[in-house]
Amino acid sequence: MSQANLAVDPHAAVMEESPFAIPSSKLVMWLFIISDAVTFGAFLFAYGYIRNASTDWPTPFEHASIWNALLMTFILVTSSLTILFAVRAAQNDDRAGAFKWTLITAGGGTLFAILHLREWSSLIGEGVRMFQNPWGAPMFGATFFTITGLHMLHVIGGVIALTVVALTYRAGRYSAKHIEIWSLYWHFVDIVWMFVVPMVYLLNMKR
Amino acid sequence: MNTTTTPNASGKSNGMATTYVVYVTILAIAVYQVCFAMMAGPQPMLMLALAILQASIAVMYFMHLAAERQVLALALIPYTIFVLFMMNMIWSDSVRLLHMRPH
Repeated sequence: MSQANLAVDPHAAVMEESPFAIPSSKLVMWLFIISDAVTFGAFLFAYGYIRNASTDWPTPFEHASIWNALLMTFILVTSSLTILFAVRAAQNDDRAGAFKWTLITAGGGTLFAILHLREWSSLIGEGVRMFQNPWGAPMFGATFFTITGLHMLHVIGGVIALTVVALTYRAGRYSAKHIEIWSLYWHFVDIVWMFVVPMVYLLNMKR
Repeated sequence: MNTTTTPNASGKSNGMATTYVVYVTILAIAVYQVCFAMMAGPQPMLMLALAILQASIAVMYFMHLAAERQVLALALIPYTIFVLFMMNMIWSDSVRLLHMRPH
């Protein structure tokens, strides 16, 4: 341990090195993501179970809904790209650039949520409720609204978190590390959607 | 946007060129899924396999797990797969329910 390191962190000499060579806050985010992945996994398994055990499972999604889901995928994956731009700018100490790209990412998340709410509104207008729908197995609404609702909650939470992180980073109270950690969360939200589209939308496409 | 390589948090380089390739690949898989489902009908195992492929690419290159110390991946991925795999135990029961339906 050099004198320079001791000057930066006086406790460094008595602290163990991180086992994964990453900051503890980043490790906590990884552990949160793992637990959240298992939560979404449980919901998708429950949905698959109910769908598999039903003979009259509805397939209500017209091609317009599928194209809408693909547009939402495009927006979410693109926002994953823009948060990477934010991380890169923050690592290069470009505070204005990191702020701009983080807010663009939050904007993408907002657009995604609006499109999703429009999809919900359309289904509700067709008579889909939590435990009833005009087409068949009544649990369709419960599984659809629970899975997509939990995902949308993550998107809205991410938009709020990214906005707060961007503002705090611009004010100089957060570092590049914070943007990088929240980018992990945002990528995770994107990854969950990659499973929701084929499992919930494509398998229930009208034919 | 700078397209040259710069070190990430773990000190290893990861270029933006790779990021663009990953971005296009993920979108291409999504488009293929939709087109395939529309033309041939959705096949659950293929759809799931493509989703796992998309997610793996995103975890490795968007979340930079490929550039982190290997022990982190070894600590996170196998246990997640194990838990998700164990949930598979319920599938056979759902088929049993189908055969026990009263009508």
